[in-house]
Amino acid sequence: MTTESLEVKVKRLEQEKAALEQEVRALRLEQSIAVTAAAGAQQLYASSGDTVTNDSRGATPSSAFTPFERVAALTNPEIARYGRQLILPGFGIQAQMDLRNCSMLVVGAGGLGASCALYLGAAGVGRLGIVDHDTVDISNLHRQVIHNEARQGMSKARSAALSIQLLNPHCEVVVHELVLESSNAQEIVNAYDIIIDATDNVATRYLLNDASVLGQKPLVSGSALRLDGQLTIYNYSGGPCYRCLFPTPPPSETVTNCSDGGVLGVVPGIIGCLQALEAIKIATGLNKEDPPTMTLFSANSSTMFRTIKLRKRKPDCIMCGDAPTITKLIDYVRFCGSSATDKTPDLFLIPYNERITCQSYKELLKDSVPHLLLDVREKVQFDICSLPSSLNIPLKALPNELEKVKARLDGQNDRPVYVVCRRGNDSQPAVRILQENGITTGEVKDIVGGLERWSNTIDPDFPKY
Amino acid sequence: MSQSDATLRIELQFSGGMELLFDNQKTIHAKVPASFPLDGSAENRHAATIRDLISWTASNLLKERPELFIGADGSVRSGILVLVNGADWELEGELEYELEDRDEIVFISTLHGG
Ligand SMILES: [Zn+2]
Repeated sequence: MTTESLEVKVKRLEQEKAALEQEVRALRLEQSIAVTAAAGAQQLYASSGDTVTNDSRGATPSSAFTPFERVAALTNPEIARYGRQLILPGFGIQAQMDLRNCSMLVVGAGGLGASCALYLGAAGVGRLGIVDHDTVDISNLHRQVIHNEARQGMSKARSAALSIQLLNPHCEVVVHELVLESSNAQEIVNAYDIIIDATDNVATRYLLNDASVLGQKPLVSGSALRLDGQLTIYNYSGGPCYRCLFPTPPPSETVTNCSDGGVLGVVPGIIGCLQALEAIKIATGLNKEDPPTMTLFSANSSTMFRTIKLRKRKPDCIMCGDAPTITKLIDYVRFCGSSATDKTPDLFLIPYNERITCQSYKELLKDSVPHLLLDVREKVQFDICSLPSSLNIPLKALPNELEKVKARLDGQNDRPVYVVCRRGNDSQPAVRILQENGITTGEVKDIVGGLERWSNTIDPDFPKY
Repeated sequence: MSQSDATLRIELQFSGGMELLFDNQKTIHAKVPASFPLDGSAENRHAATIRDLISWTASNLLKERPELFIGADGSVRSGILVLVNGADWELEGELEYELEDRDEIVFISTLHGG
């Protein structure tokens, strides 16, 4: 190992150490808050003579499969807590009781689930299940406000449950720390009254739809990306299911996730709030007579909200129609041709000998080998950070802007051209485009793993986003 | 004006990311031929339907990657919902809906993020 790479390693370890120390400080702080809150909650139960034992309602997760206990009346502390809803005309004690005796499942504790689960827990839903397999990452926190700095690395389902407990100890939270899939979804869905789709991928959306139809549960579905959001209730009151609207899944190349497309944090927050609202309306029967609609939200449009009338349930739907052909859950990853997470997979479109590693590119820089570095990320990403003297032409624009590459080569037509992007996926088709247009007689290669790997293995000071 | 020159004023809207295929335009006011096929003789032509509008839009307005817009059977690809004057196109006859002057047609790509 050279002294230089040792230096890099030391620097990275020091950064990690500082981050861990900060996490420890934040956790200590949170621990002290949680202890105070739990003591307060115990007192609350004790003073009200509430017969509900705290062990089934505390931060320890209880099982969804213990029967959900419905009650005949609210306790005094509950009445004090929900007073502003109790005096609300058209809501009142009956609706509050309906909420108390309702169980809801929030699938996904991400951007949508964060606001949705917090408001449902606060509103007085009796039992709230939270499904999530993922852990809290710093890049989640701009939108997933149910988690916090100290909980990096913690299970999202647990973190969400903890936040709801801190907000409202009357809500019984059930943690489902798992990937929802065909083998476990039906049993979990059947254990709740209302299902909330706050997921981030196509496969889980079809899975939840089918499980909800089979279990005869209304499904409140929300989605968000960039500055847009969508909201629909499926399988409810004569309305369509997800498959009535979208019988076949979209081609996987047309599906963009938040990590690639970006999302303004408040946008999923708004849609998650709307999902909570719709779930409350279902639990209390407020929207039973409403025709099926889809609500479209567009943050930068002059009319931010738009509600459109949807078709009814389709009699020929293979899922919810009169003669359904799907009678049990199928393989959704296969059906959709995409994975049940929103992680971007590594692509392998060109052979390895047409690619170079970050390490080799570093050597090449060190030896001052003349070359052109082409960065094919979108301009907004290039503006965040870039390698010195790289030329930015987004992949989409590349076929029409080859002249810019030629201009930069300035007659040196044997110069090697290296292509880089965020993760080493878009750089591969870019290599093909350059080769097909004979842009240089020198080599054309892309950098495996892109700038993210550059930051991980070569330069810890290079930002990741 | 002969029948073949007649056009309909159609407001096309794109959302949920569809606009990225149309040079980031969320709204396009288009003059769409009132009858198709464009190379057909007067008696062979029929009043413009959404089916015609989809292929006309693809060849006249689409800026990139037609496979992200067009699907099988001359329809839009799966995952796109079409609205006719604010309602699900299924309520209006889907592909066979006959366009009228000043119709508003919206193409929405469903979102999956969260
Ligand atoms: Zn259906």
